Amino acid sequence: MQIRTIEIVVGAFMLAGLISLAILAVRVSGFAVGANTDTYSVYAKFENIGGLVVRSKVSVAGVYVGQVAEITLDPKTFQAKVRMDIQSEHNNIPKDSTAAILTEGLLGGKYIGLTIGADEQSLKDGDEIIDTQSAIVLEDLIGQFLMKQI
Amino acid sequence: MDLLSALRRLGRDSLDVLSVFGRASVIWWEAIWRRPHFANLPLVIKQIYQLGVLSVVIVVLSGFSIGAVLALQGYNQLVKYGSESALGLGVALVLVMEIGPVVSALLFAGRAGSAVTAEIGLMKATEQLSSMEMIGVDPLQRIVAPRLWAGFISMPILAMMFSVVGIWGASLVGVDWLGVYEGAFWATMQDGVDFKSHVLKGIIKSVVFGLVVTWIAVFQGYDTQPTSEGIAASTTRTVVYSSVAVLVLDFFLTLVMFNF
Repeated sequence: MQIRTIEIVVGAFMLAGLISLAILAVRVSGFAVGANTDTYSVYAKFENIGGLVVRSKVSVAGVYVGQVAEITLDPKTFQAKVRMDIQSEHNNIPKDSTAAILTEGLLGGKYIGLTIGADEQSLKDGDEIIDTQSAIVLEDLIGQFLMKQI
Repeated sequence: MDLLSALRRLGRDSLDVLSVFGRASVIWWEAIWRRPHFANLPLVIKQIYQLGVLSVVIVVLSGFSIGAVLALQGYNQLVKYGSESALGLGVALVLVMEIGPVVSALLFAGRAGSAVTAEIGLMKATEQLSSMEMIGVDPLQRIVAPRLWAGFISMPILAMMFSVVGIWGASLVGVDWLGVYEGAFWATMQDGVDFKSHVLKGIIKSVVFGLVVTWIAVFQGYDTQPTSEGIAASTTRTVVYSSVAVLVLDFFLTLVMFNF
């Protein structure tokens, strides 16, 4: 075969490889290139985070607004300190909003739901959400239920 | 005396194995690292055509069938628990991390590795390699290096194509035929598959497989007995050794990369 034809076919082959990589990145793994990387951090302390993990979603009214960036243990209060990265476009969340750890569906993963407050001021980078509600641990719930029965 | 001869045979066999590894490493080292030659780029392109482009059809066909079968079998099991929407996630993870790199490497060994061994083996048998050395052309540089590079470059591309076509086949069967809700099929997949910790590790696997398979193929051709039986045996060895190497390496790569 002609050298030229071979080179064209190999070029097409390499291109197909790049396209496959792009499909794997965008369509399969939902990898957003440089989109919405502009975020600000908000902290919240919880008594119990249940199965919350880094990269869990943070939502307002069920809509994705950011994700959990870091989970640490507060050395003094022994509470879980969660850092959330909220997208900058959502910069008008009131300061007295509450954060609750909720479950997706019956057995789904944990996420943080923000319930909007009424404050005029909105959350800024480094702010802390004071009013929080911990994850509901199924065993605790069953325990309370049993105690009531007795 | 019997004990001594058994010991002697063990020693001889060990030395043989060691010398094979030594010769293979020397060939690899000399071909790849000591003389990087960009004037050989046209040769590499020709080999990418021979090894990569000509393997596309078999890889795409197998990828499609495997994706479709995974969707069928996965759906049958998942529907019992009412979680058939996780079909997309299961198929994508399995294809991207394991089946894509491994099966395309096995196909590559059979389709391209055997051809490389037979070609180089015949060159050796007809003394083309020696004549090259006589006229001052280094066969390692002109014959071996382009094939090593071509395998190294082609293999990840083939593996990615395999995964993409497999996921497409799974979506055809799962979504269009069995009626899994399309939004859930893709959403669970995008939610659960991570680019860095799943897709990238699959690609790293395929790069290693490409390296190992072409290395074995080239070495078996270069080290063949220059007879027809020798070439036949070397070609068989290429397919057997590289298949086993791919499967064993896959286990260890998984062990190392996925933090067990």
